[in-house]
Amino acid sequence: MSLHESHDASAALVKMVNDIADYFQSEPDRELAVDGIVNHLTRFWEPRMRRKIVAYFAERKGEGLSELARAAVARLADAARSAA
Amino acid sequence: MLSIIELDFGTPKSKSAQQVALTIDGREVSVPAGTSVLRAASEVGIQIPKLCATELLDAFGSCRLCLVQIEGMKGYPASCTTPVAAGMKVTTQNAKLADIRRGVMELYISDHPLDCLTCPANGHCELQDMAGAVGLREVRYGYDGRNHVYSTLKPSPSSGGGGVNFTATQTPSPSNLTLEGGGFNPLFAVKDESNPYFTFDPSKCIVCSRCVRACDEQQGTLALTIQGRGFDSKVAASQNEGFMDSECVSCGACVQACPTATLSEKSLIAQGQAEHSVTTTCAYCGVGCSFRAEMRGEDIVRMVPNKDGSANHGHSCVKGRFAIGYATHQDRILKPMIRAKISDPWREVTWQEAIAHAASEFKRIQAKYGRDSIGGITSSRCTNEETYLVQKLVRAAFGNNNVDTCARVCHSPTGYGLKQTLGESAGTQDFDSVMQADVILVIGANPTDGHPVFASQMKRRLRQGAKLIVADPRRIDIVRTPHVRADYHLKLRPGTNVALVTSLAHVIVDEGLVSEAFVRERCEPEAYAKWRAFVAEPRNSPEAMEEVTGVAAADVRAAARLYATGGNAAIYYGLGVTEHSQGSTTVMGIANLAMATGNIGREGVGVNPLRGQNNVQGSCDMGSFPHEFPGYRHVDDDAVRASFEQAWGVPLQNEPGLRIPNMFEAALDGEFKAIYIEGEDIAQSDPNTQHVTASLTSMECVVVQDLFLNETAKFAHVFLPGSSFLEKDGTFTNAERRISRVRRVMQPRNSDGTRGYADWEITQLLANAMGYPMNYAHPSEIMDEIARLTPTFHGVSFDKLDRLGSIQWPCNDAAPEGTPTMHVHEFVRGKGRFMLTEYVPTAEKVNAKYPLILTTGRILSQYNVGAQTRRTENSRWHSEDRLELHPQDAEDRGIVDGDWVGIESRAGQTVLRATVSERMQPGVVYTTFHFPFSGANVITTDNSDWATNCPEYKVTAVQITRVSQPSDWQQRYRKFSERQQELLSEAVTK
Ligand code: SF4
Ligand code: SF4
Ligand code: SF4
Ligand code: FES
Repeated sequence: MSLHESHDASAALVKMVNDIADYFQSEPDRELAVDGIVNHLTRFWEPRMRRKIVAYFAERKGEGLSELARAAVARLADAARSAA
Repeated sequence: MLSIIELDFGTPKSKSAQQVALTIDGREVSVPAGTSVLRAASEVGIQIPKLCATELLDAFGSCRLCLVQIEGMKGYPASCTTPVAAGMKVTTQNAKLADIRRGVMELYISDHPLDCLTCPANGHCELQDMAGAVGLREVRYGYDGRNHVYSTLKPSPSSGGGGVNFTATQTPSPSNLTLEGGGFNPLFAVKDESNPYFTFDPSKCIVCSRCVRACDEQQGTLALTIQGRGFDSKVAASQNEGFMDSECVSCGACVQACPTATLSEKSLIAQGQAEHSVTTTCAYCGVGCSFRAEMRGEDIVRMVPNKDGSANHGHSCVKGRFAIGYATHQDRILKPMIRAKISDPWREVTWQEAIAHAASEFKRIQAKYGRDSIGGITSSRCTNEETYLVQKLVRAAFGNNNVDTCARVCHSPTGYGLKQTLGESAGTQDFDSVMQADVILVIGANPTDGHPVFASQMKRRLRQGAKLIVADPRRIDIVRTPHVRADYHLKLRPGTNVALVTSLAHVIVDEGLVSEAFVRERCEPEAYAKWRAFVAEPRNSPEAMEEVTGVAAADVRAAARLYATGGNAAIYYGLGVTEHSQGSTTVMGIANLAMATGNIGREGVGVNPLRGQNNVQGSCDMGSFPHEFPGYRHVDDDAVRASFEQAWGVPLQNEPGLRIPNMFEAALDGEFKAIYIEGEDIAQSDPNTQHVTASLTSMECVVVQDLFLNETAKFAHVFLPGSSFLEKDGTFTNAERRISRVRRVMQPRNSDGTRGYADWEITQLLANAMGYPMNYAHPSEIMDEIARLTPTFHGVSFDKLDRLGSIQWPCNDAAPEGTPTMHVHEFVRGKGRFMLTEYVPTAEKVNAKYPLILTTGRILSQYNVGAQTRRTENSRWHSEDRLELHPQDAEDRGIVDGDWVGIESRAGQTVLRATVSERMQPGVVYTTFHFPFSGANVITTDNSDWATNCPEYKVTAVQITRVSQPSDWQQRYRKFSERQQELLSEAVTK
């Protein structure tokens, strides 16, 4: 049993947002696509995961996120800021 | 032998709505048209003697015992093959009929051994009953028929006399046979004991061919034949082989159908006949077969499929009927145990101490790491009531939403995809609907192995002429079985379902096959317009997608045309659809196809997820997903949440909790420290085993409630012994939304010396110890609470289930007896919504280092992680997981059948033995995951469905090489496992 494998928490989250964004790429209306991603993250992600991706976005300037994913996480970040 | 309590009406029930009136023995009778005279008589309590007829099979008319006299008809027609007619006047008893029947019985008995007193069927043998019924008093031909001679081995001098039966390997000859009547008899056949669960004793056979017909009609395997003619005829399995070597899949249908003791359960022979029977539901697959557990006291004599069971109509498979020995297996852990570290030996404790310890650990951890640092996992193997209590424990007593179920790793995309498109996270039909289907599309499902009883029904429909399209990377059995041949087998590359489904949709739009009227009336116009434009794009055509899917465009076009225009078209799908990075997209694509062609909302059509485990549907219904309350209502819905807050008396979180893979991640981040796992073995069943075990190891308190020290329990600090489905009351909900009762046939075996507990009681103890009161006296009270709080369950209660047998939800004021077909007049969400289905190739790519795609599946005899079936004789059919690969791929690597091969992926390595098989396509290899040592999930990766995180079990890029020893992981696993077994045997007993 490998008990201490290295663990990169944000990599998993980045991949998950990108996967979600990929689904929405064929939505012709870009606003709707971003809405779809934000809505998905809000309805299915545990708040700590959302906070982490927002923090990652701020720290690493969204590195590794696809264009649509980035737009969605930016929207989440805005929402978090205005809620704070 | 038929069930000890069922009345056999002789021929199947007619479904006709038209009534026919006739007279039988002077009594006015009215029955549905198409009913046989035999059945019509039986329904009013007039029993006409019969032998070759049984209600489970079509009438055959061979024994001539059921003859009757019908006014105006010549001779004496067989009542089993004669349908009723208006005004018919039937006489069932007179001197002539009695004479003929006695003559028939005389012939049978002259050829039948008369060891009734020691026969296992004694008292329930139909031959014996009929001898009584016709008043047989003498046998003029004598009792020395061919079956009476040489029936036993010559007693050896030391045996003290008495006969000994032959074993399968002994050959009868004059030297080892005793003479019991005539001379040497070359026709004498020995008893076939090769099947672990039943015997075949040809000497008792009356050649009624009920077994042959059961195998043909009910099971659809066609393993049995009658060989020879007249008095020389006999029953044979396949080419005169032993049952075990034949085509037989050990479903037991022939054993049940046999009117004599020729085919008998070994358990019946060993234990004697049952004295009572309890109706319950199979705890294996999502078909949810109804059974009568035939009991002697608290011991099960045998399981007999219930002919009134709406999911199975008296049929079953080898698992449900025979593989129940695990419940009393010596490996079961029956005492609660705790330990501080996973390197410590276990310590047996009382229930009170175990529960108090678990609760205090959970509280300590929450105090230290926060309320959200713990959670719970429930299982599709639990009852609805148990699952409901686990999610209630997490939401109300733990105070968070960190609850998930193993459906996460199987059908969560079904929940998501069908909710988005149709508005309800469930299949649309009942199983019987398939009998009205004209075209059946099976995609990513292997029903003959995964859902055998439903597969038998599907095959019955296919033999009647329905067309079949199979989309599967492997040539699964249904592609070609006796009298069934798929019209199209779309042998796609793993991971390309979305491309295939979208190109099917392309053809439907492109060739004008859309059911425009249905779409106009029933679906959202904007979403439809958008979808239509999307699928019509040339890049989504079968021609463009051919390179991706590997399926010839012409076949895709032809299959799409057949689906769209062939009459009622029904889709059945399984984990080959859901367990992909685009699982949810495929589910939505499937719903799109059904909506576009109007194949939804009536019998014979629909979208049908075949659920893997018995209670996948139910565990999802019961609110075990972290974002949903029971009935699929989001936790952020204020009104819904308020109703639960009021009922449960505590505030509830309005944000989703962690899903299983998120829990693992959070554990590795140090934020998730304790877990309560009921009935699930995540260390074996979840992908990327090393990741799972690392996260389990990082937790401070792992509580496992299970029957066995499963793989996860080896990482546990508290072990709470669970109870099997035989030891508790509750309900399961099968793949057709059918809620059926599970009934306790024996007491819970997990007593600590004071008393044992059913699983729901254990959860309740834990809640109370956590300071949240739960006081249910019986699971029916839990169901009452579910019904109160869940609109789709409003009308469900144990009383109603007892009355109706089973209920398909929604069951409420609008549908007081349940809903067999959904979305009849409108979709649950109002208008159906077409969803876009962009094909996104999986990140799991083949390359020079990992050139092959591994896909995974299951096999008939074993179930899921195998914890139950591995502990039964079912392992005789499948004793190890094997790697299946195409001859070309084998040859390229110098591999021959039976070689040990290493399988390496980006996640890990394991070693299995190879099976070289033409069923595979080149470039694709396959394995099952029933044995922990196989480490199938050591190689599967963390990739998952974009919407639900359902793991991508079905696509892993691998390389295969010949090897000579187990992988490093396997060697470490073996060592760790052996150590854990030692720690178990070192358990300090109190
Ligand atoms: S084995 Fe049983 S069912 Fe089959 S032909 Fe013989 S008596 Fe009939
Ligand atoms: S057990 Fe089932 S498959 Fe085997 S011979 Fe009997 S009916 Fe056929
Ligand atoms: S495993 Fe499935 S098909 Fe087999 S008896 Fe049980 S419910 Fe029926
Ligand atoms: S029961 Fe009718 S012919 Fe045998």
